[in-house]
Amino acid sequence: MESSVSIKNLSLDFGSVKVLQSLDLEVARGEFIVLLGPSGCGKSTLLNCIAGLLDVTEGQIFIGGKNVTWAEPKDRGIGMVFQSYALYPQMTVERNLSFGLRVAGMPKAEIEQRVNRAAEILQIQPLLARKPANLSGGQRQRVAIGRALVRDVDVFLFDEPLSNLDAKLRSDLRVEIKRLHHRLKNTMIYVTHDQIEALTLADRIAIMKNGEIQQLADPHTIYNRPVNLYVAGFIGSPSMNFLEGTLNAANQTFVADDGTVVPIATYQFATPVSGSTKAVLGVRPEHIVIGEEAKSKPFNQEVEIEIVEPMGSDTLAWTKIAGKAVTFRCDSDVVITTGQKILVGFDPARGSLFNAETTNRI
Amino acid sequence: MAVDTLEPRGMRPRPFFTPRKIIIYSLLFFVSVYYLFPMYVMIVTSLKDLDEVRGGNIFALPVRFTFDPWFKAWNSACTGLYCEGLKVGFFNSVKITVPSVIVSVLIASINGYALVNWRFKGSEVFFVILLFGSFIPYQVMLYPMVIILRELKMFSTLQGVILIHTIFGMPILTLLFRNYFASLPPELFKAARVDGAGFWRIFFQIMVPMSLPIFVVAMILQITGIWNDFLFGVIYAGNQNYPMTVQLNNIVNSTQGVKEYNVNMAATILTGLVPLAVYFISGKWFVRGIAAGAVKG
Repeated sequence: MESSVSIKNLSLDFGSVKVLQSLDLEVARGEFIVLLGPSGCGKSTLLNCIAGLLDVTEGQIFIGGKNVTWAEPKDRGIGMVFQSYALYPQMTVERNLSFGLRVAGMPKAEIEQRVNRAAEILQIQPLLARKPANLSGGQRQRVAIGRALVRDVDVFLFDEPLSNLDAKLRSDLRVEIKRLHHRLKNTMIYVTHDQIEALTLADRIAIMKNGEIQQLADPHTIYNRPVNLYVAGFIGSPSMNFLEGTLNAANQTFVADDGTVVPIATYQFATPVSGSTKAVLGVRPEHIVIGEEAKSKPFNQEVEIEIVEPMGSDTLAWTKIAGKAVTFRCDSDVVITTGQKILVGFDPARGSLFNAETTNRI
Repeated sequence: MAVDTLEPRGMRPRPFFTPRKIIIYSLLFFVSVYYLFPMYVMIVTSLKDLDEVRGGNIFALPVRFTFDPWFKAWNSACTGLYCEGLKVGFFNSVKITVPSVIVSVLIASINGYALVNWRFKGSEVFFVILLFGSFIPYQVMLYPMVIILRELKMFSTLQGVILIHTIFGMPILTLLFRNYFASLPPELFKAARVDGAGFWRIFFQIMVPMSLPIFVVAMILQITGIWNDFLFGVIYAGNQNYPMTVQLNNIVNSTQGVKEYNVNMAATILTGLVPLAVYFISGKWFVRGIAAGAVKG
């Protein structure tokens, strides 16, 4: 696959603070990459570096095969959409869209044609004569996307574009961004702290922490085979349940700290293991099953329900396994009550084992 | 009483004459009277002839109503050797104020913009030094500035005093603009850069149109400050360029002949008219500017 954006050994320091550390990232043409991480992990900083709004300390950035490490933002072939929309308040929507083109000195006819095309794609034609102050949040963000669209660039950069919108608009616009990507087939790099956005939009997700990419993979792999404890805990809501204990390679069991034994014969190891190691077993709430179904699982146990949280589409229940608080998700039609004794079970094949010291996947 | 038995419903009654309101309004009334009274005395005195002024009843309304003191103050009052009235000073003040305000506001706004959006190595240090400038008493710099202007061959010239006003307005104005520009979302600046706009285009097409309130505030500060200035005018402008304030002083404090209180009052009001007008015209904008600077996060 041809590389669209390529980041090589990129570092950025603010004084003595290392924000990005020798970071490498290859983005294929037409790929939708999501940079996901908590605030302060350097994801927005990385995006600003790609855009050319921040000067890098070390390393190189290539866009479309061209080294743009020292290039001005306008010469990089990028369009950017910001969280706060960043529309020019004194200009009409039409002027907002055409600003970059006017700066570039493009002929009027072409400007008009491009603005109209963008307006048609984003369905904002009726708004062209309005000022940003007279637009709703969703409309503003469309205009902001349009401003990147008219520039006809190879790479779109999104900096938390939906974070300022309310929940319903966010999911609407999320679908629209996905649709836009299908239609335009541009490379898109999208920064967010919202894992739902990341999982739904991305071809590949880069999970970042402290200026380093922890895992770069497709959403399914990220969700089901996280490379370390951090990624496992970050992705998923409610988050993965963790049991601490010892992994015994010889008899294929995981013994929790309180002595609970989990047979792990079905587990697919990422690396060959031998002997016994301190380990953490992670199981997602939706991979824990109850009742009859639990009986057929390699591990099952009767537990007492502590708290029940009906979520509408499903129900979350809190209990304890091996002395640890554990949540599991079950169908909202299943009646469970606080204090009820219930049989739960799971298949370690769907879980994840991590080395307790290195926190890496085993 | 019937009112007491009424069940509360709908809008709560808000009587106008509550103790709270009476106290507030009477306080406001007395304070305004207190501050307006000197103004009243000045106006009535300026409309009396000298005989009536000598009568000593300064609070009385004029009996023989006359505008002569006003004409005299404007046209023919004596400032030292010349008897051409305040009009000379007025036009001098205009010649000093207009360029000083334009140049200082323009430079300070560019300074503030550059300090916020185009950080360069040492920009913070530069800003601290500039700020420090506003804490140094003017008196310390008077004599060195005289020498500097002399060396630049600008002492006792219009350009000289304009330069002085521009320099001394810089710290506070730069601070004002820097804080305002810092309150604008930084993404706007980034978006403009991605759109390919450079230093000047971002300034004139994005920043300035968004910053009207702060420009008005800066203009008000500078117009009133420079118009009311006495010290720099008397030191650096030179005899032929004395601003209105200096000429007013020369009229009022002339020790020769009769003290023409009515002319003095008229001259004083004339001198104060410009700042007064600026406040009246820009009042709404002024408040808006301050509010915009304070509230925006």
